[in-house]
Amino acid sequence: MIREAQVPMREQDPGSRVHNFSEVPLGYSEEEARQEAGRCLKCKTAPCVRGCPVEVDIPEFIGHVETGDFRAAAATIKRTNNLPAVCGRVCPQEVQCQGVCTLGKKFEPCGIGRLERFVADWELEHGIQSVEPPPPTGRRVAVVGSGPAGLTCAADLRLLGHEVTVFEALHEPGGVLMYGIPEFRLPKAVVAQEVEGLRRLGVGIETNVVVGKTVTVDGLFAEGFEAVFVGSGAGLPRFLGIPGETLIGGYSANEFLTRVNLMRAWQFPEYDTPVRIGSQVAVIGGGNVAMDAARTALRLGAEKVTVLYRRTRTEMPARVEEIHHAQQEGVEMEFLVNPVQLYGSDGVLGEAECLRMELGPPDDSGRRRPVPIAGSEFVINVDTCVVAVGNQPHPLVPRTTPGLEVSRRGTVQADETGSTSRSGVFAGGDIVTGAATVISAMGAGKQAAAAVDRYLGAGG
Amino acid sequence: MHSIVAKRPLGPEIAQYEVEAPRVARTAAPGQFVVLRLHEQGERIPLTLADWDPSRGTITLVVQALGKTTREMHELYGVGDVIRDVVGPLGEPSEVVGEGTVVCVAGGVGIAPVFPIARALKEAGARVVGIIGARSSDLLFWLERMDEATHELVVTTDDGSTGRKGLVTEPLAEILAARQVARVWAVGPAVMMKFCAATASAAGVPITVSLNPIMVDGTGMCGACRVEVGEHVRFACVDGPEFPGEEVNWDLLLERLAAYQEEERCALDKYRRMVQEATR
Ligand SMILES: Cc1cc2nc3c(=O)[nH]c(=O)nc-3n(C[C@H](O)[C@H](O)[C@H](O)COP(=O)(O)OP(=O)(O)OC[C@H]3O[C@@H](n4cnc5c(N)ncnc54)[C@H](O)[C@@H]3O)c2cc1C
Ligand code: FES
Repeated sequence: MIREAQVPMREQDPGSRVHNFSEVPLGYSEEEARQEAGRCLKCKTAPCVRGCPVEVDIPEFIGHVETGDFRAAAATIKRTNNLPAVCGRVCPQEVQCQGVCTLGKKFEPCGIGRLERFVADWELEHGIQSVEPPPPTGRRVAVVGSGPAGLTCAADLRLLGHEVTVFEALHEPGGVLMYGIPEFRLPKAVVAQEVEGLRRLGVGIETNVVVGKTVTVDGLFAEGFEAVFVGSGAGLPRFLGIPGETLIGGYSANEFLTRVNLMRAWQFPEYDTPVRIGSQVAVIGGGNVAMDAARTALRLGAEKVTVLYRRTRTEMPARVEEIHHAQQEGVEMEFLVNPVQLYGSDGVLGEAECLRMELGPPDDSGRRRPVPIAGSEFVINVDTCVVAVGNQPHPLVPRTTPGLEVSRRGTVQADETGSTSRSGVFAGGDIVTGAATVISAMGAGKQAAAAVDRYLGAGG
Repeated sequence: MHSIVAKRPLGPEIAQYEVEAPRVARTAAPGQFVVLRLHEQGERIPLTLADWDPSRGTITLVVQALGKTTREMHELYGVGDVIRDVVGPLGEPSEVVGEGTVVCVAGGVGIAPVFPIARALKEAGARVVGIIGARSSDLLFWLERMDEATHELVVTTDDGSTGRKGLVTEPLAEILAARQVARVWAVGPAVMMKFCAATASAAGVPITVSLNPIMVDGTGMCGACRVEVGEHVRFACVDGPEFPGEEVNWDLLLERLAAYQEEERCALDKYRRMVQEATR
């Protein structure tokens, strides 16, 4: 008899967790993990593997979990995914592996993400099996950016024997994993441990280097690097472009989350960086970033947090679990609403004027386009407004690298191997796709590492 | 990790630091800045480069103890101490054109960042008139260096303790009225730059100012540093920090600079208590 539903994962109770930044889902016990692993049908077709952008051998690792050989399970995952503790927590499994799970046709799909997290945490707790990198090839590669794309590319190149240095603009490696995704969803200690693993492997990491300012891509070649991988992400915040957006209390999600996560404003004044949080918070947008900002605002002590989204629940790009958690915690959601102007006094935000929308015909993205309803203006009280309507590729590296072609949207043009218009320069992750997912960035980093290796092998 | 290799007091609460930062020193240019973070719990603050030496691999910063971080740096950081993070050079370099007469105005610690700009303008062939001012003589510094970096130097103090008594805008207005001036540069407190911009605009002379809004990353990824220039919202850290002064929305800049006043006071109080307890 197969259980119809996944073994539930214990979580912090919503009432108490809105007052702390500790992780919300608490993870499986060994017993729970083995039970959940037992739900896998081990179907021959294994559609889950193809649903995974880095093709983790899911049936194999789940098989190991079922028999209690967690070390072997970890080894299986790590063959293709070097950040499982991260992926198990933040991947949109419902549209990837779990979305195509055979069991899911009739019952709840197997909890692949939860099992992946369990295995990764088990390994972190019981000591990571050290991998010996092969003998050095003497070839040097520079990696720009230490998000999931850069970290994955660096790890793979190192495992191929190359000497790798990662250059990161901020003072901590990890990219969005460090500055964007909040502690309660992805503890920074988990990211730090993954980065530490990379260091142990012998990957060099130089923080506080802004490529394009501190040194250019051509400067890196001049320093003796033979290939450069650009994984600089989509770090440029988009604003609404409406009047009043520069009032105090108006934040980009990037600023709001960076203050809280990277700079630890939630521990102010123990940490020096403050963040202003009002009692009435509006978060504009419907993606993971919006959910993260809304849930962060609650934890900082806001009385009321409302997500304003211009489409409906169906079009929300956020992970299902994030929307669920946000609502459980008391985040309110207003659909088909768009702010058109912000008002304040003495430079400080006080109100937002919004318009109601209705869904029109589909746009380029295939989603139905929201159109304003004339005369539907209304005003709400808002003292903190967080704009989470998307991020664009960071223009600095493309702008300072002659011959590197970019698209009209500002993304670096690269093929599926990460090769760009410049020989020896590779790119992948959000800088190529625009804001996407952790796992797709990792996949791109992997592809590019293989391509860099071929390039170096071919005589560079 | 960046060691402080030299520290020299320049006034009651002002000091000059020479800090190891070889990568920054290698590519720095006038008008650019660094973001530094003193320690693990520290905030990221922008500081405009006062000088740099690629051969020694060091940069020079001049810091006045104002907020929590600058006070902490002033009181607790000396030679041999290590600054956890220094990143740069950030922002666009000054557009140095070596033609005609240029007036470089500096107020208070703005003297430090104006120095490399004036020096570069002079080297490029411009005739450089310097105007530097402070509240009183003990807050003035680098008179000799500024003398060298300019062809003429006017010094003012609010109380007349050195040089001419009054504000920097007075000699500025006189010079602009009397001579053909190609451009004015003004670096200093926002209010001082605002009045310099008004003075230059009244005389019909273009003015470049170096804006100092609150920043977080300093690389264009957060928008904390948003300023309004000629009706457009710009990021001071990547689009600036220098902008045409006549187009800057000064009131917005001043308002946004005060956004965290309460929190800054709280952080400073906590720091003072900590120092008190440690010295008791
Ligand atoms: C708040 C938030 C929540 C998210 N939640 C999820 C989620 O739940 N699941 C999911 O799959 N995805 C999520 N995403 C998206 C995901 O994080 C990104 O798609 C992914 O991190 C992209 O990886 P990357 O390596 O391409 O870039 P990034 O992670 O953006 O890393 C780029 C790195 O490069 C550095 N850099 C940039 N320019 C330079 C330069 N010139 N020199 C040196 N370094 C530079 C940056 O500082 C940064 O550290 C979220 C994103 C955000 C912002
Ligand atoms: S300081 Fe963050 S964008 Fe300028």
